[in-house]
Amino acid sequence: MFGRILNKIDEEFLKSEPRKGELFAVSALFDTPDQIITSAEKVSGSGYRRFDVLTPYPMHGLDNAMRLRETKIGWVGLLAGMSGTTLAFLMIWWMVGIDYKNVIGGKPFFNIAPSIPIMFELTVLLSALTLVAFLIAVFNKLPSNANPLMATEFMKHVTSDKFGIYIEAKDPKFNQNEIKSLFSSLGASEVYDINEVSYDEGKTKNPILDFKFVGNLIGVGIVTAILSYFTLNYLLFLPPFNWMHHQAKVLPQSESKFFNDGFSMRKPVEGTVARGFIPYEFKGMHDSLVVETPNPLPVTKEILEKGKKNFDIYCSPCHGYYGKGDSRLRGQFPVPPTLHSEKVRSWKDANIYHVITNGQNVMPSYEKQISRDDRWAIIHYLRVLQRSQNAPDSDFEGK
Amino acid sequence: MDNIKKLPDSVNKKGGIMLILGVIILLVAFVFEPQRAFFDYLWIYMFLVSIGVGSLALVGLEYLVGATWSTPFRRITEILASITPVLIILVIPLFFGLHDLFHWTHHEVVESDKILQSKSPYLNVEFFSIRTAFCLLLWLVFFFFMTRNSQKQDLDGDVTYTKRNITLSTVFTPFFVITITVTAVDWMMSLEPHWFSTIYGVYYFAGTVVASFAATTIAAVLLKQGGYLDPRIKNDSFYSLGTMMFGFNVFWAYIGFSQYLLIWYADLPEETFWLIHRWEGSWKFVSIALLFVHFIIPFLVLVGRRAKTNIGLLKIMAPWMLFAHALDLYWLIFPTYFKEGAGFSWPELSFPLIVIGLTMILFKVLSDKKNLIPVKDPKLQAGLEFHL
Ligand code: HEC
Repeated sequence: MFGRILNKIDEEFLKSEPRKGELFAVSALFDTPDQIITSAEKVSGSGYRRFDVLTPYPMHGLDNAMRLRETKIGWVGLLAGMSGTTLAFLMIWWMVGIDYKNVIGGKPFFNIAPSIPIMFELTVLLSALTLVAFLIAVFNKLPSNANPLMATEFMKHVTSDKFGIYIEAKDPKFNQNEIKSLFSSLGASEVYDINEVSYDEGKTKNPILDFKFVGNLIGVGIVTAILSYFTLNYLLFLPPFNWMHHQAKVLPQSESKFFNDGFSMRKPVEGTVARGFIPYEFKGMHDSLVVETPNPLPVTKEILEKGKKNFDIYCSPCHGYYGKGDSRLRGQFPVPPTLHSEKVRSWKDANIYHVITNGQNVMPSYEKQISRDDRWAIIHYLRVLQRSQNAPDSDFEGK
Repeated sequence: MDNIKKLPDSVNKKGGIMLILGVIILLVAFVFEPQRAFFDYLWIYMFLVSIGVGSLALVGLEYLVGATWSTPFRRITEILASITPVLIILVIPLFFGLHDLFHWTHHEVVESDKILQSKSPYLNVEFFSIRTAFCLLLWLVFFFFMTRNSQKQDLDGDVTYTKRNITLSTVFTPFFVITITVTAVDWMMSLEPHWFSTIYGVYYFAGTVVASFAATTIAAVLLKQGGYLDPRIKNDSFYSLGTMMFGFNVFWAYIGFSQYLLIWYADLPEETFWLIHRWEGSWKFVSIALLFVHFIIPFLVLVGRRAKTNIGLLKIMAPWMLFAHALDLYWLIFPTYFKEGAGFSWPELSFPLIVIGLTMILFKVLSDKKNLIPVKDPKLQAGLEFHL
């Protein structure tokens, strides 16, 4: 199929005969490497500038003979390489030092030693890729569609068994006859004129855009994708490692076969105290039975702020921000009494703690919602509220 | 080749004075601090092994890979390789110092040390001596036959000598790798008998090749500038010397870093202590200096293409690399002796004096007998025509 397509492309091209244009260059072929070196020396020495040498393999000494300026490509490589080093450094530093910190063998997250191989790799990678791209795009001025040298006898030889040189007609010193005699005096085995070529535009259309070609390409793509999907998922399919799936465990929504009662979740042993949950010893008892315990927390700014926060969250909806019983519930719940009453003010902290923990009549218990420390903090804050509403005159004397 | 100058007799005189001075310093050091003198001597010996055996390997390498660029310089490398037979004499005094150098030669220590006990089938004086003798003899044999073939070719230019040497070096190269590893492990790694590193041999080998290329380079540069070399040898030929020196230096850094990274990663106390010791006290500065002197500075200086054809620059960088190798060996050997921190004083001056003095005498004596380039080697013409 592909052969046919390629043939078709060839045909399209052949249909439009190239037309010979003006003289592009005069070229010569030489049989030995030594000859080409001396020729290059001679040509560059005679002041020609627009010329080039083509050899089947890279040759030492040619750039000197051609009097080429030193290429700048090394600097491109250096720059690209150094940016590779920097990039790798930053990448590793970011990944293991900041974004995804992982403790490995107790070592520091970021360390230069294990980053060096990666820095090295990226240096090489980036400089190599950049060099190739640069070489093609900038130094060789590719991609360009055609060059008069293509499809010439000259080109055939310099890519297999001969060494060639050509001088462009654009060279300011160009003189066809002079150059020809120069070449033959240097011992050229063959001298060619090379003409510009042009193709009739109308006849050629870009075969890449041919409907059949594109269609075939997409077709092949789809077939390959389907075939590889089936090959990988069915033909060559190996069951994945899934032993972990089959273990002696109770799946959700199913009965335990191990325990008689069928529950997989077991109840803790009677009297178990969960970590961090100290049971309240006066639970359900009458107020008068509460034994006084002092507030275990110190009065500090942080504690008071914590108390205020929790009071505002848990108590203020019913008791109001100032504890005056100015509920925000608009009568949907019995309005609690003020917390500034003589009674509550003279209560010990333990009594208030009892009310919060145990609840009182319609006020529910807040044992589950508020942690012990937070309850004590609320009490400290409540004392501050009370003092602020019932300040003795001495507070205003501004001592 | 008669129009080429011979080395003047003053080379012998100067070399002799340096050698004698070096030996005197070493003897005086032996009287005052015998242990230190033995460490100095081991340092000198290992450096000479580097240059001698390393050069022999380079000669073999040229035959093995069929290199032509190095043919004009091969005689110089061969003269450097002729340190190899001298090593057989040089090693003898070291055997009197085994007790001073190597911890594991002390019976009472081994008896109370589990690790040394289990290593004793390898680390015992008898086997150690057998190994050393085997290595030295092997080097001697290959040195003798390879240089003799090369020498004979100067008379008739017969290609069969080249072919014979190719066969010889094919056999020699694997043996070289084994013997140089054994030498490195025996004479240097066993200074810290508890410690081990499987890459140690390669590390020493890498340094050896750098040092041998550097020695060939500086000798070639000096001989060329003095007018003792065939004038047909052009600057372009030096390019490859610079390149090889540069390339193997990067290899050395690569191996050194590999060793470091693996030890760092595994973080096993039985491996790390060796590096930690070299990071304590003033040894830390030696370690950092080694990194810069042996790798970073030469890398930056030699990386450009033009640097390698610049004879003036090579004349600096080749001795620089030799110094770097000496520093490397110092870093490998001396922490066992200078436990508290690096030390350098007059006994260590014997090192440059003996090494340079001995090499000068060898050059004078041998260049009187031989041509300084292999005049009839079939590859010589291609080597001389080498250009960039
Ligand atoms: C759901 C609304 C509501 C919330 C929320 C609430 N309370 Fe009460 N509280 C009441 C009611 C109603 C009473 C009166 C109960 C009674 O009739 O004895 C009361 C009574 C009290 C009393 C006793 C007053 C007295 O004079 O007997 C105290 C102290 C108290 N609450 C503190 C708090 C604290 C502290 C909070 C925050 C943790 C809080 N309450 C949260 C509704 C609430």
